[in-house]
Amino acid sequence: MHATVARLFAAMPALAGVIVCTFLLTRVLPGDTATYFAGPTASAESIAQIKAALGLDQPLHVQFVRYVTDLLHGNLGQSLTTGQPVLKDLLSRLPASAELTLFGLVMSVLIALPLGILAAVRQGSIVDHICRVVTTAGVSLPVFFTGLLLVYVVYFLLGWAPAPLGRLDTFASPPPTVSGFLLIDSLLARDGETFRAALAQMMLPGITLAFFALAPIARITRASMLAALSSEFIRTARASGLSSRRVIITYAFRNALLPVVTTLGMVFSFLLGANVLVEKVFAWPGIGSYAVEALIASDYAPVQGFVLMMAIMYVLLNLGIDIVYGLIDPRVRIAA
Amino acid sequence: MTVDADYESVVPTERGGLSATFAHARYIVAGNGVTTFAFLLLALIVFVALFGPYIVPFDPLASSTGNALRPPSARNWFGTDQLGRDVFSRVLMATRLDLAISVFSVALVFAVGGIAGIAAGYFGGWTDSIIGRIADTIMAFPLFVLAMGIVAALGNTVTNIVLATAIINFPLYVRLARAEAAVRRNAGFVQAARLTGNSEWRIALTYILPNIMPLMVVQMSLTMGYAILNAAGLSFIGLGVRPPTPEWGIMVAEGASFIVSGEWWVALFPGLALMLGVFCFNLIGDGLRDIVDPQRRT
Repeated sequence: MHATVARLFAAMPALAGVIVCTFLLTRVLPGDTATYFAGPTASAESIAQIKAALGLDQPLHVQFVRYVTDLLHGNLGQSLTTGQPVLKDLLSRLPASAELTLFGLVMSVLIALPLGILAAVRQGSIVDHICRVVTTAGVSLPVFFTGLLLVYVVYFLLGWAPAPLGRLDTFASPPPTVSGFLLIDSLLARDGETFRAALAQMMLPGITLAFFALAPIARITRASMLAALSSEFIRTARASGLSSRRVIITYAFRNALLPVVTTLGMVFSFLLGANVLVEKVFAWPGIGSYAVEALIASDYAPVQGFVLMMAIMYVLLNLGIDIVYGLIDPRVRIAA
Repeated sequence: MTVDADYESVVPTERGGLSATFAHARYIVAGNGVTTFAFLLLALIVFVALFGPYIVPFDPLASSTGNALRPPSARNWFGTDQLGRDVFSRVLMATRLDLAISVFSVALVFAVGGIAGIAAGYFGGWTDSIIGRIADTIMAFPLFVLAMGIVAALGNTVTNIVLATAIINFPLYVRLARAEAAVRRNAGFVQAARLTGNSEWRIALTYILPNIMPLMVVQMSLTMGYAILNAAGLSFIGLGVRPPTPEWGIMVAEGASFIVSGEWWVALFPGLALMLGVFCFNLIGDGLRDIVDPQRRT
């Protein structure tokens, strides 16, 4: 408990850095924010008026205090395209993104861990080669390109997947919102039809993300399993006549898990970025495509809100990983 | 990537300096067809980037609406796009821009991040804290999202793509250079240099930097691939490069809408070019790491 609180405080500088950074990004906006708000036909006086109203004529530190106060009140500004507060827009679209990202992550972990373990246990075997090919391809293939290839093969050629347009096709009715995750909500409503429809829509973007996240996880699993398997306690366990299953799973894998958990931080960084691209390919109504649409319309408040929200989520995710790390490795707990 | 495990013992160790390194490199190349292949691929990419405009069969910007969306044929090897432009010519022309973006951003981050990292590791103290804090703040963002934010804030130009790509790679270079410089700050050769009256900055740049150069080169090769991916991702979502400029990411984006109706060639070929470029730099990075730092092989 004590260690957890200490870790919470350790995340504070990162959070502060993120807020200062996004503040600075808002101040170097292309052109003049006031001129932009006033519109193309505005006179010099009305621009000055808007400047005063937005507080842009104040010194930088006053503006910063104002910015932080706004943040604490949950005020991220207004979106010019939707006319809604940015925070409201982001929150209504967050479940779509979160569901997709988690789906992709779970799928990649379920494939990458066994693949990495098998590749390490049977080094040089066919599984090892498959692992190498998959990890190299996963690093080299742009995520939007993988998505498009899947759409072409699975949707256009084979006809197995529904059209890559959003979370549910237009004929299905969305379940009552409880968690915002369509898969969970449709199960809660005992609506098998909707569940299948939502799952079918999520398959291709999920596989795209999973393939992308697979590479680093499988690679580090293989490497750390190899290191664990060649250590002395494994030799002792083998010499004591333990079954190879027990040696690999209980002894080697539990020790190999630590670097894998550490890598998850990096994987999340990639996944949150890749999410933006995948959402664009599959017309997924999440916060990534919201930010991209706003970018194209030169509507900057949503973009800044998006960057800030992603950064805060990422800091919190890293905090979570740190805490999990402490739970897995008793040495870390004692050191803290 | 894979080399015989016992090659280290075969390498002639009596010869010192450049010739030993060269012999080692030749040994690796001989024992590793993959790296040789990657270098040949790199030569091809550089050739196309340099001479692309002179070898393309068609004008990459010339549209002919009567010839739109034709599948690959003997005339248009990669087919034509929605405006009837030759995809093969556009893919070749795009090589120069994509390569230039990644080369400039990697050169920039090497210069700034490398020197900042050496300063942090060599001088320590408050220099180290400030540079470390900057790197930590950048690492607190999901990197692609930060790049989006930077380009959105600074303005939608190719220069800012270069800048954003350099910024998100900054922490990687700082950490590597910092760790390697910190190990050597009191090494014998550094103390000798100090004793003979070299200034601290001179030691950092003429004694420490050359010593960590091999590791930096490996890092540069690996980040080249990442820089290409990043730039292409940004232009895929409509940042930086604008149509009709041929660039791989934006070409895939333009072809994306035709995938669902079965015109695969518009997006496939620029995507493959992108993949080959990234693949090439990753392979070279892995191969160079085998030469420079055999223990880090995975």
